[in-house]
Amino acid sequence: MKKNILLGHGSGGKLSHDLINNLFVRHFDNPTLNLQTDSALLKIKGENIAFTTDSFVVDPIFFPGGNIGKLAIAGTVNDLAVAGATPLYLSSSFIIEEGFSFAELEEIVKTMAAEAKKAGIKIVTGDTKVVDKGKCDKVFINTSGIGIIDEKYKDISTGKNIKPGDKIIINGTIADHGMAIISARNELNISSDIKSDCACLNKMIKKVLDVSDNIKFMRDATRGGVATVLSELFTNSNYGINIDESAVNVNENVKGICEMLGFDPMYVANEGKVIIVAGNKDAEKIIKTLQKDEFGKNCCIIGEITESHPGKGWITTEIGGKRIIDMLSGEQLPRIC
Amino acid sequence: MKYIDEYRNKDIVRKIIDDIKMISKKEVRFMEVCGGHTMSVQKFGIPSLLPENIKLLSGPGCPVCVSSRSYIDQAIAYCRLKDVIITTYGDLIRVPGSTSSLDIEKGKGADIRIVYSVLDALKIAKENPTKKIIFLGIGFETTTPGSAVGILNASQQGLKNFFLYSSHKVMPPAMSALIDEGVKIDGYIAPGHVSTITGTGIYSDIPKKYGLACVVSGFEPVDLLKAIYLLVKQVETKNPKVEIAYKRAVKPEGNTKALALMYEVFEPRADWWRGLGILPNSGLKPKEKYRNFDAEEMFDVEVEPTKEDKGCICGEILKGLKNPKDCKLFNKACTPEDPVGPCMVSNEGACHAYYKYNRD
Repeated sequence: MKKNILLGHGSGGKLSHDLINNLFVRHFDNPTLNLQTDSALLKIKGENIAFTTDSFVVDPIFFPGGNIGKLAIAGTVNDLAVAGATPLYLSSSFIIEEGFSFAELEEIVKTMAAEAKKAGIKIVTGDTKVVDKGKCDKVFINTSGIGIIDEKYKDISTGKNIKPGDKIIINGTIADHGMAIISARNELNISSDIKSDCACLNKMIKKVLDVSDNIKFMRDATRGGVATVLSELFTNSNYGINIDESAVNVNENVKGICEMLGFDPMYVANEGKVIIVAGNKDAEKIIKTLQKDEFGKNCCIIGEITESHPGKGWITTEIGGKRIIDMLSGEQLPRIC
Repeated sequence: MKYIDEYRNKDIVRKIIDDIKMISKKEVRFMEVCGGHTMSVQKFGIPSLLPENIKLLSGPGCPVCVSSRSYIDQAIAYCRLKDVIITTYGDLIRVPGSTSSLDIEKGKGADIRIVYSVLDALKIAKENPTKKIIFLGIGFETTTPGSAVGILNASQQGLKNFFLYSSHKVMPPAMSALIDEGVKIDGYIAPGHVSTITGTGIYSDIPKKYGLACVVSGFEPVDLLKAIYLLVKQVETKNPKVEIAYKRAVKPEGNTKALALMYEVFEPRADWWRGLGILPNSGLKPKEKYRNFDAEEMFDVEVEPTKEDKGCICGEILKGLKNPKDCKLFNKACTPEDPVGPCMVSNEGACHAYYKYNRD
């Protein structure tokens, strides 16, 4: 490993994975952590508990479709929800730069309160630190959360029941968040109407779990995008993945900016998208349920689990060619969440 | 997306593939010499659609890949100077130098900023009058006019703290050198963006002197397949010439205004290309009259001796003699996270494209 930390170590891609495995997991070593699920799965006095944490350093802190506060709630709520948990309580810690505007801080906090209410969770504890000007950028937020998991959902985060023939579903267009952030940064002088998809998905996910007992796996496709989540899924597994690129929805304006900057939407971050792997027979039912939810209107089946090419993922490109799916390598966009 | 979707239409793609299969009899090898083509070919999975007798090779089309390691070493030496801000396109930042990289130097505190245009670098120069801003000018005829504009603007605005460190190169000498070296190809997929600036005159030697097919292509699947169709047709009918399959962007005479800017500021010099060595008149350096903006003239730095990695076959890959998968280091010691050769770092490098889209 290189001697200094590089921005790429925080990208959510392969460098981050290496850092996590070679440093954190190696030293913190325990069976719960070693599973590396979105939420830690704990059994406390017979109750299945999901526990997770996330820090937010997005730049800019206000962006079309949300702000750092909304992101801090949605990120943690979603990490719990995709584990099949009902999110209940969150903590929130603030690291604030000296001189930061009180009005902006209040706007962020108000957003967090509103978002928490919408998601049906409570922020029950927190912490505040202020650092010298220049020692952090405006405000960084950490949230941790806990929720309870019904016994029947406890294998969702590991995906251990995935079988060939299962369908891969996503609840809408991809790459909106990453491209909203890059457009909101003044450095590119792009003006666009792209909005971040940042949203708490727990209520939508609950509806899906209510209609199907056949949900094998869920994960929110944040940093590293859809491709990275899919890579995590098939790497070291005894099945493969086929994705149909023409089935993946990308908003026109997002597609345009991706083209211009040379980004592949499959690798761009989302903050309100969940990848669901479900048994084939329930796929249509899940799609119908998602379509009725405000965050699932543009949902679609983007591919399936295959018996062939175990441990590998293939995309059928929009023109009918073939290429592999890989994890994001290096840094695509720093500080997007 | 209007004007893009049409060029990715599955039915049109299938039709052109059928047309290619209809006329293609001989075993042929076509080389693209543009990083954008390398990426498109792999991203859309074009080789999987072509008949087996047509092989596509990637040539020296990625400016980051063909530049020497000593260029990076010298940029690193600049970034260690007091009061210097390095401005660069993102591609260069992770390219390994002999013992460090700009990325590592940034982690250690050097002021290195990624810009999307030379104009951003000029802005940084204006905003930081006490600092010296060095822009790493890299690329072929496509990006050189931009660098020329940077120097001309700096000159007009009387900026004294903006400098260009040029690794700019021109494409034709490399295309000829490859054939002179005996690389076996039947034709060139000529670069789309370069040709937008230069026009097609620069390729006239390819059919005339070498008897090879040459078609300028765009970057969408339909563009590339149409170019391949025309190349196959030229080979099968033994009628080599320069054709344009990218007429919506490329005119035979090119962009005369951009060319004029380029030659106002730059003059040719011999330059080193990975895999090809030193080629006369293949590099571009600011003219004497703009020497005050030329980092090489204005900064005196000690650069560490260049160390090339053993086992890296980027040079042969750039010549189309080897495929990335032939390299012992590929996907083992050399990955995009920890690259050994430049072809693995740059988004437009052949090794990177193979790693990302065609590793199996």
